Amino acid sequence: MPALLKRFARDKAALLGAGLLGLLVIAAIFAPWLAPHPGDVADFHIERRLQAPAAAALFGTDRMGSDIFSRLLFGARITLMLAAIAVGSALVIGVPIGLVAGYYKNWVSDALMRIAEIFLAVPQIVLAIAIAQTLGPSIENVILALSLTYWPFWARLVYAETRSMRNEVFIESAVALGASPWRVIVLHILPNIASPIIVRTSIGMGATILTAATLGFLGLGAPPPTPEWGRMIAESREYLPEAWWYALAPGIAIFLTVLGFNLFGDGLRDILDPRTRRSV
Amino acid sequence: MNWLSLVANRLIWFLPTMLGLLAIVFILSRVVPIDPALLAAGENATAEQLQQVRERFGFDKPLPVQFLRYVLDVAQGNFGISLFTQQPIIHDLVARLPATLELTLVAVLVAALVGIPLGVLCGLNRNSWLDHILRVVTVSGLAVASFWFAMQLQFLFSMKLGWLPLSGRIEGFPPTPVTNLMVVDALIEGDGDMLGDALRHLALPALTLALPAAATVVRFTRNGVIGVINSPSVAYQKAMGFPRRVIVWKYVLRMAMTATVTQLGLIFGILLAGAVVVETVFDWPGLGAYAVRSILQSDYNAVMGFTLCTGALFVFINLLVDLLQAAIDPRGAT
Amino acid sequence: MAPLLDIAKLSLSFRTESGPARVLDQIDLLVQPGEIVGLVGESGCGKTTLARAILGTLPERLTEIGSGHIRLDGVDMLRDDQATERLRGRVVTFVPQDPFASFNPLFRIRAQIGDLMRWKTPRRTASRFGWRSRAEQKADDEAVLAMLDTVQLPQPRRILEKYPHELSGGQRQRVMIAMALLPEPRLIIADEPTTALDVTVQAQILGLLRRLAVERGVSVLFTTHDLGAAWEICDRVVVMYAGQTAEIAPREAFFAHPRHPYTRMLLQSLPEEGRDAVGIPGAVPSPLQPPPGCRFNPRCPRMTGICRDERPALSGQHGAHQVACHHPVAVSEVAGNV
Repeated sequence: MPALLKRFARDKAALLGAGLLGLLVIAAIFAPWLAPHPGDVADFHIERRLQAPAAAALFGTDRMGSDIFSRLLFGARITLMLAAIAVGSALVIGVPIGLVAGYYKNWVSDALMRIAEIFLAVPQIVLAIAIAQTLGPSIENVILALSLTYWPFWARLVYAETRSMRNEVFIESAVALGASPWRVIVLHILPNIASPIIVRTSIGMGATILTAATLGFLGLGAPPPTPEWGRMIAESREYLPEAWWYALAPGIAIFLTVLGFNLFGDGLRDILDPRTRRSV
Repeated sequence: MNWLSLVANRLIWFLPTMLGLLAIVFILSRVVPIDPALLAAGENATAEQLQQVRERFGFDKPLPVQFLRYVLDVAQGNFGISLFTQQPIIHDLVARLPATLELTLVAVLVAALVGIPLGVLCGLNRNSWLDHILRVVTVSGLAVASFWFAMQLQFLFSMKLGWLPLSGRIEGFPPTPVTNLMVVDALIEGDGDMLGDALRHLALPALTLALPAAATVVRFTRNGVIGVINSPSVAYQKAMGFPRRVIVWKYVLRMAMTATVTQLGLIFGILLAGAVVVETVFDWPGLGAYAVRSILQSDYNAVMGFTLCTGALFVFINLLVDLLQAAIDPRGAT
Repeated sequence: MAPLLDIAKLSLSFRTESGPARVLDQIDLLVQPGEIVGLVGESGCGKTTLARAILGTLPERLTEIGSGHIRLDGVDMLRDDQATERLRGRVVTFVPQDPFASFNPLFRIRAQIGDLMRWKTPRRTASRFGWRSRAEQKADDEAVLAMLDTVQLPQPRRILEKYPHELSGGQRQRVMIAMALLPEPRLIIADEPTTALDVTVQAQILGLLRRLAVERGVSVLFTTHDLGAAWEICDRVVVMYAGQTAEIAPREAFFAHPRHPYTRMLLQSLPEEGRDAVGIPGAVPSPLQPPPGCRFNPRCPRMTGICRDERPALSGQHGAHQVACHHPVAVSEVAGNV
């Protein structure tokens, strides 16, 4: 493990990713203390609305006169929590389905994978928009919409990995020795396919944050005044070109967060998953 | 696998996939808390009018019956009537398809023309300054939120510099519709000003849409080239003194493209998902903007129509990708 | 007679993460026109590296040339890039080790031979744009068909229309030999050309290669780890050990009385009737930390102090039985032993 860590530490891009994620987590945890105006998540000060960045408001103020910097910090909480729960639930649904469908070769596995394929037949965002709209605007519903549309991706990935594992000699010998399917799946297959899952989880977090922000932008996320980054950008549209700063900070925040997860995932791939190793 | 069995396999799964998609959207549309009849008839409808609407659209029947009826209608090419435009949905879809097609095709073209040569150059000159710069650009291109990027482009090029139009597809009257692709129609009409106008409207949306696709193409082409350039077949050709440009642009490129072609489905997914957002930001009158509007207005017939249309398009594209792969790689490794 | 290929005191190393790997150390090798030379050694002894150095296909950024030269037909193959390009595929051609991976799988045989002829046809001097007159092209096409026939591929026209994966290993290697002969070269470098093939096909391919080379007076530098194959086709044998030349001898002399202790043990390791095969104790040293002096010294039963202190020079004149050893085996010893 230390050798792997050393290799990771030599990869500057991966370190940058880790650094960005570290900043994000710090911002999320310490938002109430870091924010100059922690009350501005809900409060508004009409007299200070749409002010350009200055010492009092680093990234300017929005249409309600709230400090954009403070709202960004609290937005980091929402972003992280939302992506973590959504990706986590998608994993919880998708990984077992993929394992079972990959392990057994019968009509049930075919049926399961066909259902996954149906979900994958349209872009995730389209189904997510439809579900989020049906359920009504709230963070819980966005999470639900994202999990319900993201699990098929994991099912397919795990299915393919399990299928190729299934033919390995050590799996076949474990089966021949009378190990129960449950035991083979949990003790032999899962640990061996963990690497690609971990790598994709990091990159999937980035993708999910982008999708969630898009839902927020289209007005399908949490209702105002929730400081959701996508919604903040949507709000700013009517104040362009005058309030140029309004969308700038939230957009860069999304960019840096997704960049962090992607770079971190690429770095993980290099040390964990030699088959698909990105050649540097 | 030869191409016939490829086509057959795709076709066999086409119907179940479409049925499944329909079922998903249908279930969604019926768990919605709003009474669809109320939506169709309007807020001020009388009880009697409501009842009429229910009977006309079949909302009074049990759900399985409604679903069956819908499936049968769709099978006959009848997607129902949009609750808002009051037009048959098939009309709306057909009317809006060319705009999306034009935007997507231009984006694909840009992504391929820019992405493939750059990917090859990066693969050949690994760890050169070009490779490093493009790595930053591609990683960034995949991390940026497209709606935000679109807004920044609008801010800079339309609002501040005034070089390009803010939104829409054309100024004034469109050219006589022949293909319904503005650029092509303007060309057919031979109207240079109109062509310029159509292109200027296309520039920003196409750029936004092409960015993540081009980034993906660069990455896959680069890694494909790196995988091939050290292969024994290239070593053999070098040893036999084949000119470098022939090795690279004929043999290596073709090999690298097989890697990129397998990812075409993914790239189209990126484009289709991107179109939904980009069309909304730029008021581009295509399918994506239509879908978003229909969803936000709970126009479920329209949503189902769009989903079905996208699903069919996706199946079709994947079939094309399979065929292309079979054509490019004689080993038939699918 | 001026040698066709002249390699002298060639030292070469690869840059690796753990320092330079000295894969070739003061290699000497001459190949005369029309001569078939076997380059023999275990895997990892540097014979493939030497072949690639002659062809100029070593990875440029990883390779460091220490000293020495490679001259082919008087041209410095290590330093004169332009001339090297011109010679490759014309004066020197190549038969690769792996006929499975050495074709591009996506192009028909016709396309791959076609490109070779476009750039390397012997019927004109190279043009920058690969342009050929119709008559030249016709002559080339006929030469291709005739050559495929010569390498005993029936129905050459059908072979041309096939993709590499549709041919058997033996067929592919026959096409490779045809491609190596088509530019009418003076030297063919064949790098373990039969290792990837079935045993039954190996002998056919070797026989074919030797017959065609002798008929046309083409020199062949043939690398192999298989002493039997070397016996089949070589005029002269060069033994390499861990990047050093150990022994150079005409075929008969080499097999009758090998003089280097390594060569002797190598021959004894062959299974033979009435005798158990004897392995060589120890392992080939790592090129990262080669032993000083003679690189065989840690495994050598005749090792003395001088073997560690001084690298033995190659004895004698070119053409004679040469050996690089401080304590070579005397001819009388061998006669009694084998």
